[in-house]
Amino acid sequence: MPVSVDSAKVRAIAELARLAIPKEQEALLATELSAVLDLFDALAAAPVDGLLPLAHPGDPTLRLRPDAVTEADQREAFAAIAPAESAGYYLVPKVIE
Amino acid sequence: MSHELDTVVGQLAALASGSSSARALTERALDRAAHAQNSLNALISSVGTEHALAAADAADAARAAGSAGALSGIPFAHKDLFCTAGHPTTCGSRMLENFVPPYSSSVHERIEGAGGVLIGKANMDEFAMGSSNEHSYFGPVHNPWDTTRVPGGSSGGSAALVAARVVPFATATDTGGSIRQPAALCGVSGFKPTYGRVSRWGMIAYASSLDQAGVIALTVEDCARVLDVMSGFDPRDATCADRPKVDVDAALARPLKGLRVGRPRQWFGAGIEDGVGAAVEAAIAEYARQGATIVDVDLPSSEFAIPAYYVIAPAEASSNLSRFDGVRFGHRCADPKDLADLYKRSRAEGFGHEVQKRILTGTYALSAGYYDAYYRRAQQVRRLIANDYARVFADVDVLAGPTSPTVAFKLGEKLSDPLALYLADINTVGVNLAGLPGLSIPCGFSDGLPVGLQLVAPTWREDLLIGAGHGYQQVTEWHRVEPPRVP
Repeated sequence: MPVSVDSAKVRAIAELARLAIPKEQEALLATELSAVLDLFDALAAAPVDGLLPLAHPGDPTLRLRPDAVTEADQREAFAAIAPAESAGYYLVPKVIE
Repeated sequence: MSHELDTVVGQLAALASGSSSARALTERALDRAAHAQNSLNALISSVGTEHALAAADAADAARAAGSAGALSGIPFAHKDLFCTAGHPTTCGSRMLENFVPPYSSSVHERIEGAGGVLIGKANMDEFAMGSSNEHSYFGPVHNPWDTTRVPGGSSGGSAALVAARVVPFATATDTGGSIRQPAALCGVSGFKPTYGRVSRWGMIAYASSLDQAGVIALTVEDCARVLDVMSGFDPRDATCADRPKVDVDAALARPLKGLRVGRPRQWFGAGIEDGVGAAVEAAIAEYARQGATIVDVDLPSSEFAIPAYYVIAPAEASSNLSRFDGVRFGHRCADPKDLADLYKRSRAEGFGHEVQKRILTGTYALSAGYYDAYYRRAQQVRRLIANDYARVFADVDVLAGPTSPTVAFKLGEKLSDPLALYLADINTVGVNLAGLPGLSIPCGFSDGLPVGLQLVAPTWREDLLIGAGHGYQQVTEWHRVEPPRVP
């Protein structure tokens, strides 16, 4: 079966998706993604000329609402479930040297 | 055969007459849940006996005071992607193994507000991605009819709990068939409403334009009673429709006589097991016997539904799941060396293989150079499919066919061929792409395993599904047949 995605491509997509894929999984994922992409080839035969893309069933329109405060301050509740937080800030590794 | 206390309607009658209490029903559910857990693995977490019984006592007190809600005292389980404030909500993932939401989903607020007694959170495929419940971080669910087989997915835990008569109903969600397919494989009724009927607020997202909450129960009437509580306008979900509710009593009273039933030829294509096809044909013949008109119809774009779905759903998932980055909540890797390392390793450790595969698929489909060929084209195909349904519904009230092409398969059987697993949803995904309401009800057995009949109606016509499904259950017994007792 022709493989349309190789290991280098898997690494490139994984970089976009912010996923650290172990090297030993690249070949398996390349095979699996190729199989899924082969499935997509069927779409080329669909008679869609002139059809507008459908993003949501029923094409809902966005509603307007009064410009009023509706959310309470839940800063402490949200901070409590963070992996690392201090003084109301989320902590991450140092970004600027 | 079912006991009257196995159904929502039966439990409500017992509560109303005083022959049972919310406490007794909740203790019964907790006992059964504990007993079944070893062989089925259908629950990820329990809310705890004390908490459940306190809710039951509150329901009994409300009933005594004359202020009982529509589901007062009825024990139930949530698929573990409905946020429940103070109780873990894992979405079947290591990523959210220790996540305790600070707020509750709209669905939970409504059911709890109506007096429902939550006993626990049901197992599911990780992030609702799967058709066999084998993609759960917390292990697979086993089918009560044969514990060497899958219950279907992604709402496998919900279907197994109802089939095993642990709770009379469980919530579920359906993105490509995740209510209907497990309901079919476990021999219970599963109702997916029209997209926009039930608020998605507080429901962990997979593919937002396809996800819809619904319910699994033993009977269509039970599904309708619970949906009546779950559904309705919610300003917190921008796609939740502001429409009148279904008149459940009127819908239940709809006669089968004169119902126009469409039989889509494409739903009976290659891959349908003989026993499944025979049971479904017999069910359609029963509709004819009851005075319905059967019409063969065509959905010519059906062959494009699976490829369109596997572009659109992963594309939306890759965007939705970008929020899981190890910063604000969820799993965080140890000793990240920089911010990029924090994101990448937290996500790689937190997400299972199938979820990572779908994120990669979606990221690829949305990446520069492929967008038009994949994502845009899939959305055009989506309109083509929606147009197919609109055309056939000019001539028929409901469509009928097999929910799943097969009965429950063996655990592990399809894991080595992921595409074969994707085809489990061949008759269900089109309904999500078009946003239609769908129902699966038990209609017989093949080799001792349940077969599901899928019924589909035009948007906002849940009343037609309730009438067609309930009418069938008034003249058949399939929904009453119980699986073997858990040893």
